[in-house]
Amino acid sequence: MSATGIGASVKRKEDFRFLTGRGNYTDDINQPNQTYAYILRSPHAHAKIKGIDTTAAKSAPGVVAVFTGEDMQVGSIPCGWGVNNKDGSPMNEPFHPALAQGKVRHVGDQVAVIIAETYSQAKDAAELIEVDYEELPAVTNSEKAIAPGAPLVHDDAAPNNMCYDWELGDEAEVDAEFKNAAHVVSIDLTNNRLVPNAMEPRAAIGDYNTGTGEYTLYTTSQNPHVIRLLMGAFVLQLPEHKLRVVAPDVGGGFGSKIYHYAEEAIVTWAAGKVRRPIKWTAERSESFLSDAHGRDHISHADLALDADGKFLGLKVYTKANMGAYLSTFSTCVPTYLYATLLAGVYTTPKIYVNVKAIFTNTVPVDAYRGAGRPEATYLLERLVTKAAKQLGMDQVAIRQKNFIPADAFPYQTPVALQYDSGDYEATLKKAMELSKWTEFPKRKAEAASRGKLRGIGISTYVEACGIAPSAVVGSLGARAGLFESANVRVHPTGSVSIYTGSHSHGQGHETTFAQLVSETLGIPLENINIEHGDTNRIAFGMGTYGSRSLAVGGEAIMKALGKVVDKASKIAAHLMEASPEDVEFKDGKFTVAGTDKEVDFGTVALTAYVPHNYPHETLEPGLEENAFYDPMNFTYPGGCHICEVEIDPDTGTTQVVGMTAVDDVGRVINPMIVEGQIHGGLAQGIGQALLEACEYDDNGQLTSGSYMDYCMPRADNLPDFKAATETTLCAHNSLGVKGCGEVGAIGSPPAVINAVLDALHDVGVQDISMPATPQKIWQAIQAAAVLAAAE
Amino acid sequence: MPSVSMTVNGKQVSGTVEPRTLLVQFIRENLHLTGTHVGCDTSQCGACVVHVDGASVKSCAMLAVEADGSTVTTIEGLAGNADVLHPMQEAFRDNHGLQCGFCTPGMVMSAIDLVNNNPTPTDHEIRDWLEGNICRCTGYHNIVKSIAAGAAAMKGQKAAAE
Amino acid sequence: MYEFSYHKPSSVADAAQAIGAADDPKILAGGQTLLPTMKQRLASPSDVISLRGCRDLVGISSDGSTVTIGAMTTHAAVASSADVQKAIPALAALAGNIGDAQVRNRGTIGGSLANNDPAADYPAATLALGATIVTTKRELSADAFFTGMFETALEEDEIITAIRFPVPHAAAYAKFDNPASRYALVGVFYAKTSDGPRIAITGAGQGGVFRSTEIEDQIAAGKTPDSSSINESDLNADIHASAAYRKHLIGVMAKRAVAAAG
Repeated sequence: MSATGIGASVKRKEDFRFLTGRGNYTDDINQPNQTYAYILRSPHAHAKIKGIDTTAAKSAPGVVAVFTGEDMQVGSIPCGWGVNNKDGSPMNEPFHPALAQGKVRHVGDQVAVIIAETYSQAKDAAELIEVDYEELPAVTNSEKAIAPGAPLVHDDAAPNNMCYDWELGDEAEVDAEFKNAAHVVSIDLTNNRLVPNAMEPRAAIGDYNTGTGEYTLYTTSQNPHVIRLLMGAFVLQLPEHKLRVVAPDVGGGFGSKIYHYAEEAIVTWAAGKVRRPIKWTAERSESFLSDAHGRDHISHADLALDADGKFLGLKVYTKANMGAYLSTFSTCVPTYLYATLLAGVYTTPKIYVNVKAIFTNTVPVDAYRGAGRPEATYLLERLVTKAAKQLGMDQVAIRQKNFIPADAFPYQTPVALQYDSGDYEATLKKAMELSKWTEFPKRKAEAASRGKLRGIGISTYVEACGIAPSAVVGSLGARAGLFESANVRVHPTGSVSIYTGSHSHGQGHETTFAQLVSETLGIPLENINIEHGDTNRIAFGMGTYGSRSLAVGGEAIMKALGKVVDKASKIAAHLMEASPEDVEFKDGKFTVAGTDKEVDFGTVALTAYVPHNYPHETLEPGLEENAFYDPMNFTYPGGCHICEVEIDPDTGTTQVVGMTAVDDVGRVINPMIVEGQIHGGLAQGIGQALLEACEYDDNGQLTSGSYMDYCMPRADNLPDFKAATETTLCAHNSLGVKGCGEVGAIGSPPAVINAVLDALHDVGVQDISMPATPQKIWQAIQAAAVLAAAE
Repeated sequence: MPSVSMTVNGKQVSGTVEPRTLLVQFIRENLHLTGTHVGCDTSQCGACVVHVDGASVKSCAMLAVEADGSTVTTIEGLAGNADVLHPMQEAFRDNHGLQCGFCTPGMVMSAIDLVNNNPTPTDHEIRDWLEGNICRCTGYHNIVKSIAAGAAAMKGQKAAAE
Repeated sequence: MYEFSYHKPSSVADAAQAIGAADDPKILAGGQTLLPTMKQRLASPSDVISLRGCRDLVGISSDGSTVTIGAMTTHAAVASSADVQKAIPALAALAGNIGDAQVRNRGTIGGSLANNDPAADYPAATLALGATIVTTKRELSADAFFTGMFETALEEDEIITAIRFPVPHAAAYAKFDNPASRYALVGVFYAKTSDGPRIAITGAGQGGVFRSTEIEDQIAAGKTPDSSSINESDLNADIHASAAYRKHLIGVMAKRAVAAAG
């Protein structure tokens, strides 16, 4: 292993600029003659707009323009994935306006944009706009939204507030398994709504070049090409060659910056109208009301088992809250990223899943770190632990009994996926060792002597990422391909620029991708630059989400590098007067087997651009190659997370005292970065389990709309993590890589809740919902005591 | 409009501002020092932490006019023109204490203030001190490691200077 | 934030005058509550009068029986003051746990008391210790000072200049944080004074900080304090804590404060 190649914990190349305050985030960018936009948002969850008077605002100091939905007649913000109902009919897909058209459907819905010389002036003028609202009853809970008589978010465009009623599997076939079952274990649970909260609030700058007619959008996006496609083709009808989208340094995404948002279309469209650049930056309270939220599932599940605890069948019924509109990937999250994972790491032969996607008067819900797989994992791992308890089995033994064995891969699940590799016993064993599982009773007793309730919880999971094979997702309703592109440009002096369609917003691509290049071409890291985030500089890209950057984007780079080495070998053969097939390339040097002939990579690069002595008959000058890579399957990271908690029964406070994660993410390119990714996922998983509650009141007001009320994990909420990897290689890509961005958030929530319930077992508490806040735990302890007293 | 003058990163600066201008706006918009970030509007995230007269403050919760006559250090003032990283910055790089980089300037400025007050903080003290700095990427594990390493390096640097 | 006029008088007398001359003035001390409130446009003063120029409002002195803290003294200064640590360690500890490090570097004791946020920490210490609030016009007992949520006995143009804390025999503060904001969901300050035990509760009451004579009587009688006497309907309820949970926490925190004071 070289010091800068695959497997080395290379320090990150991007850190210098971030550490010295020289990052270049969207809000750091300013254009000459720039104006500022403030978006007036709905204070109501559901209301008709009977009229908007902008007269006073238009003449307020500094105001350049005011636009409402009446002015901005453009296309619907599109949804990227069509899902069909059980009966084969297409889902309901109501119009999604950039600025409200006659009706507002959630608190925070965009009503008007005010453009002024300064942001303060725009915000001051917004207060002069008079909107005549006729308030309507609102509904925020998905179960209530499909009850008869519920307010209709989209009126006739979505009867019963139903987006789709979808199923996977044959319900009758699974019912038959239940008839033979010795045991049936059931569970009802909620996967709590979360607010992603990347630390950089979203921002967008629209610019229109009056000379060329070209538009430029600077935006906080995980995938600028996708934004160009969605906004250009569907909303504003701008062709690709007249629309440039730049996503510079982006301060975290976690899914929330995948989607095309109204504000992007508004500043781009309005820049054309006012013919000046327009900057919009969200305040955090706006982020809460406009960034797509995550999760929000209500589920019921039944597991059938034989007398020995072997799983026979599983039925799952889920209601997924879509919010008021369909965000870009919203529809695929509770279906193809959720239901298909409900086999988990187990050999359950028959599975049926029904998912109802439901409109409510809330902020749209879409993929958030893990997207569907955390929901599947939480359901399964709560259910399996409950089954162990109900059957009187050991919670580890019941898992082992049902694991897909390591020699069973490739393994076809009953829910459409084919897992290519994995070893769930290996990750389990290592996690149990690292967490000192067997010595837990001693620690529990010691905690009890201090008056604390100590519990341990486990979760064994698999997920599907490296999204995704275009043909497969296309057949399932995706309206785009999910390949990735790469361009490798070797410069005359031998330095290399990589142009990738993946976008880095914390993942460290500039380092990890450079390691691939260093390993392949044998050149030092400082001679390599990774370029991303600009549709005018990068040929194409599908962007960063679904833990796909390395498994798809990295593979595209490897493919392009392969082409570069091929061509360079031919040039080297010419220089060494050898046959190309006799040329070997290693550590940056071309050699001819059995001779002392040698030419280095730099010389070949120079020759390609100064082709005086060159095989012009067979080769073009230059050394630059493109590649597109479309994966053959998803990748399947898996692992085991073990959590240990201590609960103060007097106050209900939970302290996480141990968090162990052993994950199989395939081959690891940079262990330091992988570990960091896992840490971050664990923090978000613990946050979901214990701290983060996104709550609406009955009127549809978001009651957890700032950091005063939405509990973000802080340093003192979290323990030191024990993170390790255990590797099986991905069987269908050249690097053997799987993906590590989401595993931490996927595996950990059920481990945490199982630990909380283990701790509370002795005081009679059987169930708790996420987030298990101090109040909830205290209330559960009280309720259990009342119940015990009554018995 | 009131005029303000202060020393920022060793340089005397001045400007006229509306009274409602926050220190962070003055730093970002008037001085074009965009390393200081705004991550929330309730003064909790700490992305905007700078030093005013030697103590860490949230520049989103201070009026620019209130900093008149003060000495301010921002993240840009640590490494200086020579591009030599401060030991705390170096420690964050060595220990992978940052990912997206957005909270990082505030995190580093806060960490240095901690070490100025407590040269050998325990992990518990570090976690406690970071109440006012939110990071969504790292899970804090590597930030805590970075600050402990940075504290040790600052101590070493101080000893070498004496 | 709305526009306003800014004033920086160099004495409290000038400050009081500036207040009198303004339409709708606000005094700016450390600004850690006022500025976020103004940013959210929940406050719109015509004039902001900064006390930053009033240097004589900063400082701590102790004579063994009384600790006097200037109104513009920061939480960080109180927390790290050797005088406070020696005379009333519970007060130093309380100050060292207000907000976060950056808030403590700006926020002031006078600002906190004048604002009387129902979830602030200082009001509990001030009330339990029976402190005296010294203003430009008079001296007020803590019992008379706090009049309700965000309400005090201060008149419009009256400015706090200092707080005098009598040194108790023992004291301790037990705080249960709001998990999100880290303000006190329930905070109980217990002081063992020559007049007997005093208990002040913050974070919980609809009317802001309050004393519980029932709990004080329990302690005086040598009993373990409990919150059975607290009326739930007087307590706050929000998404973080119901009134019943707050009531329960008052008992737990009271017990912990008494135990910690020794």
